[in-house]
Amino acid sequence: MPVLKVNGSPHEIDLPDDTPLLWALRDTLGLLGTRYGCGAALCGCCTVHADGKALRSCVATLADVAGAEILTIEGLGTAATPHPVQAAWLEIDVAQCGYCQSGQMMQAAALLREIPKPSDADIDAAMSGNLCRCGTYSRVRAAIHRAAEFI
Amino acid sequence: MRFPSLILAPILAAATTIAVTAEEVTLPQDEVASLAAFDRLVAVIEHPRCMNCHTSTDFPRQGNARLRHNMGVARGPENHGTPALQCATCHQDNNAPSGVPGNANWHLAPLSMAWEGLDRRGICRQLTDPARSTMTPEQLVEHMNNDPLVLWAWNPGNDLNGLPREKPPMSAGEFGELVRVWVANGAQCPD
Repeated sequence: MPVLKVNGSPHEIDLPDDTPLLWALRDTLGLLGTRYGCGAALCGCCTVHADGKALRSCVATLADVAGAEILTIEGLGTAATPHPVQAAWLEIDVAQCGYCQSGQMMQAAALLREIPKPSDADIDAAMSGNLCRCGTYSRVRAAIHRAAEFI
Repeated sequence: MRFPSLILAPILAAATTIAVTAEEVTLPQDEVASLAAFDRLVAVIEHPRCMNCHTSTDFPRQGNARLRHNMGVARGPENHGTPALQCATCHQDNNAPSGVPGNANWHLAPLSMAWEGLDRRGICRQLTDPARSTMTPEQLVEHMNNDPLVLWAWNPGNDLNGLPREKPPMSAGEFGELVRVWVANGAQCPD
């Protein structure tokens, strides 16, 4: 049975290889922090990390991520020791409705892993695929700069 | 020297005489064969399935209308997107049922292989100029016959509306053979 490594733990997954990763995370593993938005990699809502890189889990199949270390919002940090992005998100009070925010934070964390002190242009380039109906973009940008200060 | 492309199509036996505006010029058979092959294969190069990622811009295009790629997607330093928004963030190993196209090595062609904005003569010059092209003619034969990302053009899947993407105007095999003929006869470019 295929093994999916999520947030540091291996999980045996009895699903077809062409199952989207998001389905396995939410429906099989019960990790509901990763959200379904568009199902076509158009909104960024379902962003997770695969081996440290941002990945849209709604279009990546289990075959695509075979052997990869998957990180979801549940594994990014804890309440006691939040990831700098999560700490900054709380401090800036980024979220409005919150639906897209786990994807926003995972994308931001991927950016900071690549560019620890990003410019506004770096942030725009990295975050332009993460949509927010509430229009929290200016707070997202501010929070990423704040998270960079924490790192 | 100038001559219309229409007269290049016939297969010619030996040396060929072509009427031009001011004089008659005799072309060797191999040169005629090469030019005739290029005249046909370039229609594939100009097709959106190829041209959308052989852009001269800092971003790819998408669709037959060749619109700028959604979501501000950019070329990035290695032609694989920006550091945190790579092509592989969305494009996986295979075409997705949702309509997102896929290939294991999805990326933009480097600017040294940009064809966008060039006419057919310019495309040919770009392909064959050692100072600009990153591939030798022999490497072009390999690339255009066997590169899985090139061959994706003939397996482009459905778009986001569920409609089949248009394929280039000839088969992959025919295109590959024309590239072979073009290169084997000197990789000639139209004047």
